[in-house]
Amino acid sequence: MEKEQHTHIVKYKTYVFVLIALLFMTFTSVAITSLNLGPYTVSAALLLAGCKSLLVLLIFMHLKFDKKFYAIMAASVFLLLGCVIFITFLDYLYR
Amino acid sequence: MSNHAHIDEHRDDEGAKTGMWIFIFTELILFGGLFIVYSVYRYLNPAAFHLAAEELDTFIGTANTVILLISSMTIAMSISAIQYQNKKLTLILMGVTILLAVAFMVNKYFEWSGKISHGIYPGSPTLMEASQGEILFFGLYYAMTGLHALHIIIGVAFIAYVMRLVVKDEVQHDNFTILENSGLYWHLVDLIWIFLFPLFYLIT
Repeated sequence: MEKEQHTHIVKYKTYVFVLIALLFMTFTSVAITSLNLGPYTVSAALLLAGCKSLLVLLIFMHLKFDKKFYAIMAASVFLLLGCVIFITFLDYLYR
Repeated sequence: MSNHAHIDEHRDDEGAKTGMWIFIFTELILFGGLFIVYSVYRYLNPAAFHLAAEELDTFIGTANTVILLISSMTIAMSISAIQYQNKKLTLILMGVTILLAVAFMVNKYFEWSGKISHGIYPGSPTLMEASQGEILFFGLYYAMTGLHALHIIIGVAFIAYVMRLVVKDEVQHDNFTILENSGLYWHLVDLIWIFLFPLFYLIT
């Protein structure tokens, strides 16, 4: 059983594709922020950062291939952080 | 002890990995807290943060992002390499990861020393004359990139230690959880940088 878990080998090619996608998103975010789109700059940069971190978590950190348990735990931590950020800004925006 | 000690070797791969993940969660919350501090101060001092962020060199930031992303790929590949029982390639990929980490730190050194030579460092006379918002920006810049750099150094030490285990054949195709864990730690460092980069260098 335990052995079964470990026999999944991610192909080198998969990692290369992920890296290309990550680099593409990096250069896109540099280009977008240099355009000066006002308030959209921040959201665009953070959205791209979010996509990049999702790729790193799923492929590089194997969350996609490991037991679902790890992915659920990781998602809960990000949800917790999201809630804390939301509540903090509720306070600062409406005090 | 005796020869059969190897057969019933006590090992809990799942447990070791779960432990690493829980540690990573504490790190995420640590940096998450700092990100909240940053965003609240940015919200309170938008003009000063805009002015201060212009000082940072986007080129160095982008170069360091590329370096970290590539190093994340090489350490991820080293796990596939050990599973394919290719010890040499595993060691090469881990070595490349460490070299890239060193390149990151060299860049960081030039970046920081450039700032310091311009008189921008916590408590410097130049900065004390600046606005409160600029003092906050550079304080957070040094604290957050500094804490991140500390993680790079720890990651390099961790990967170097696992490299030694690979050399001694103590990490092999059927026993590589510690390599996976060092990889997870390295990806965490990458993950944090993915957010540090736009917040400090891109958004002005």
